Amino acid sequence: MNFEESPIQSELRNLTRKFAQKELLPIIEADERDARFRPEMVQKLGELGLTGIPVPEAYGGAGLGYQEYICALEELASVNTGYAISVAVTGLAQVILNLFGNEEQKNRYIPPLASGKAIGAFSLSEASSGSDAASLITSAKKTGDHYVINGTKLWTTQGDIADTILLMARTGQAGPQGISSFIIEKNTPGLTLGKIEKKMGCATSHTCELIFNQCKIPAKNLIGSEGNGFKVAMTALDSGRITIAAGAIGIGKAALEASLRHAREREQFGKPIGEFQGVSFMLADMATELSAAELMVQRAAWLKDNDQPYSQAAAMAKLYATDAAMRITTNAVQVLGGSGYTQDFPVERYMREAKVLQIVEGTNQIQRMIIGRALLAEMERKSL
Amino acid sequence: MWFFSDEHLMLKDTVRQFALAELAPHIEKLDHEEGFNRAAFPKMGALGLLGITVAEADGGTGLGAVAATIAMEEMGAVDASTTLSYLAHSILCVNQIAANASPEIKNKYLPKLLSGEHVGGMGMSEPDAGSDALGMKTKAIKKENGYLLNGSKTWITNGPVGEVFYIYAKTGDKKTDVSTFIVERGMEGFSTGKKFSKMGMRASPTGELVFANCLIPAGNRVGEENGSVKMMMRNLDIERITIAGISLGCARACIEVATQYAKDRKQFGKPIGSFQQIQERLTEASAWYEACRALTYNAAKMWDLGLITDKQASMMAAKAKLQSAQMATQVGLDAIQILGGYGYTREFPVERCMRDAKLMEIGAGTNEILRTIIAKGMLGSDIVSGQ
Repeated sequence: MNFEESPIQSELRNLTRKFAQKELLPIIEADERDARFRPEMVQKLGELGLTGIPVPEAYGGAGLGYQEYICALEELASVNTGYAISVAVTGLAQVILNLFGNEEQKNRYIPPLASGKAIGAFSLSEASSGSDAASLITSAKKTGDHYVINGTKLWTTQGDIADTILLMARTGQAGPQGISSFIIEKNTPGLTLGKIEKKMGCATSHTCELIFNQCKIPAKNLIGSEGNGFKVAMTALDSGRITIAAGAIGIGKAALEASLRHAREREQFGKPIGEFQGVSFMLADMATELSAAELMVQRAAWLKDNDQPYSQAAAMAKLYATDAAMRITTNAVQVLGGSGYTQDFPVERYMREAKVLQIVEGTNQIQRMIIGRALLAEMERKSL
Repeated sequence: MWFFSDEHLMLKDTVRQFALAELAPHIEKLDHEEGFNRAAFPKMGALGLLGITVAEADGGTGLGAVAATIAMEEMGAVDASTTLSYLAHSILCVNQIAANASPEIKNKYLPKLLSGEHVGGMGMSEPDAGSDALGMKTKAIKKENGYLLNGSKTWITNGPVGEVFYIYAKTGDKKTDVSTFIVERGMEGFSTGKKFSKMGMRASPTGELVFANCLIPAGNRVGEENGSVKMMMRNLDIERITIAGISLGCARACIEVATQYAKDRKQFGKPIGSFQQIQERLTEASAWYEACRALTYNAAKMWDLGLITDKQASMMAAKAKLQSAQMATQVGLDAIQILGGYGYTREFPVERCMRDAKLMEIGAGTNEILRTIIAKGMLGSDIVSGQ
């Protein structure tokens, strides 16, 4: 066991931190208020090599692993979750194409995404198909050398600005076996943007409805073969969970740091409030939970990087880290008291941002379902 | 509650109808834009809500803490922001004037406050005196023609919009040398400073009050000089009992929405309410809400009957608020979780209810201060330090 960060991990962390502090921090309060996302930031992140960390160098990526990837995502989320999610989603599109795409698709789509010149999206959920992803009804019908897509997708992160959208649609029977995945390019006729959700937090990250009406795409945009879309989606969610968990660590660290600073500086009854057990024990719990969560996320990333089964570890890390981030940020507001409740301090924003992480990439209810099923299945295997 | 009188039940129904008609249509927009439902105040006045705890002889409705808590819960279930402003007005300002001020002050200020023409507030907290309330620095120096007030107050609910404020200030060197003054908007030397942007309670304006050589007529002093600490603490008790009603309202709204959603939303071919994870959250929320409801209304009833006074009242009020506030934040978070992505959007009220609910863990005494008060009552001041 080695708990030390590698030089390259530290370097990525420092690079991302510097960028986030210099470029994002000054604009983020106003941008959150105005729900403004700046695509040029993605380009800048790309120039620093931060948009394609886990994909091979052959396709313009950095050729590193998730253990490196999570360092960058944490640092972004420490300043703003919206941009961490953006990088994670653009990364997800690349990871999926790299795993399931053919050579032509990889060469065409990954390099622009990896360099930050293009933005990616992942479109799975629908109004009546959220946790129950296999029930999606958006259809893709093959006609000659095209597919025609019809249906409405919900909750697509940065669907309004994405250049490359990975879409899950039904090509066959009901259930998971009838789902396929496709690449949809920006401005394809028949694809229109529906509403952009008004949310509790993470306003810089646009959550979009996408409407497909007789949207015709070349048959070669099918990823892999027909019927493997559900597997693609589940693989995407497995790896995505590590990135969301990393975001939770970033927010948690920022919230703890703000709490510690306040606990030292704020005096009541003639001493810093951190000297009261009521406050210092809250800080102790925050730090303990954060530390446990961090180890879980690192372990999930390590398993993935070492080609070992990681799906359960990723689900556990996502469940625990995001629940911990929720508690940590809620208590950060509490430690800062009235100041914490105002928008003069960032902790109330952290709290609003943390909440979304318990919902995306599979709600935490779904994580428990995955973990519980896997535990029982393993027992069954062992007893056979 | 089983002990609600017919009058209480009628009040509950009236407030509910009022909240649905006058608050519900506006709150989404006001929350987003950080507005204020000023128009609701004269309507509350017409219903007798603004002087709910004030004696009929003083123009009030002559009801007590149970009635006020009912009003808070019913309004809070629809629009916690306006309810908080209503609390600052009716409990922190109007109730205090009625309970402690001279007939002259009452005659001068109560009519417009009771009708809703004026909005009232109270000023205790300061930038360096939050939980440590008696650490306040705002000073009133006695002059021939009144008191010269200097200093500033912060976190004042209705500060940016109110006309009449019930202000605590130091009039001596001892920590307990606190007096009370009525300050009116328009008095020379009185201004309202910064307005805060907040996570929740966004339609309840919060701001600073600034006093720079503000001359207060001697007649505007409430009660004896240096005699306000007891009145202040007693007011905190009824404030805490009634503000727990707002927590109850927030939680109830969340439970109602989440229950309906768990029935309607189908995943994996069945309503999500059929899954035990959802049942667990709903049932725990409902049980905790009922427990807090019983605790809070019991405290209110005991207060009205005079069964709790002084330290007992402070402990009981602290317990009701401590539990209700924590319950409401957790229930709000769970309701968002049950609604999933939808819960995170502003299309459903649960995210707003949760943002609003969090304030009750901070305002009117943080959880931490309330624990100190309860601990002091249990263990004694010699063992429990702090205020």
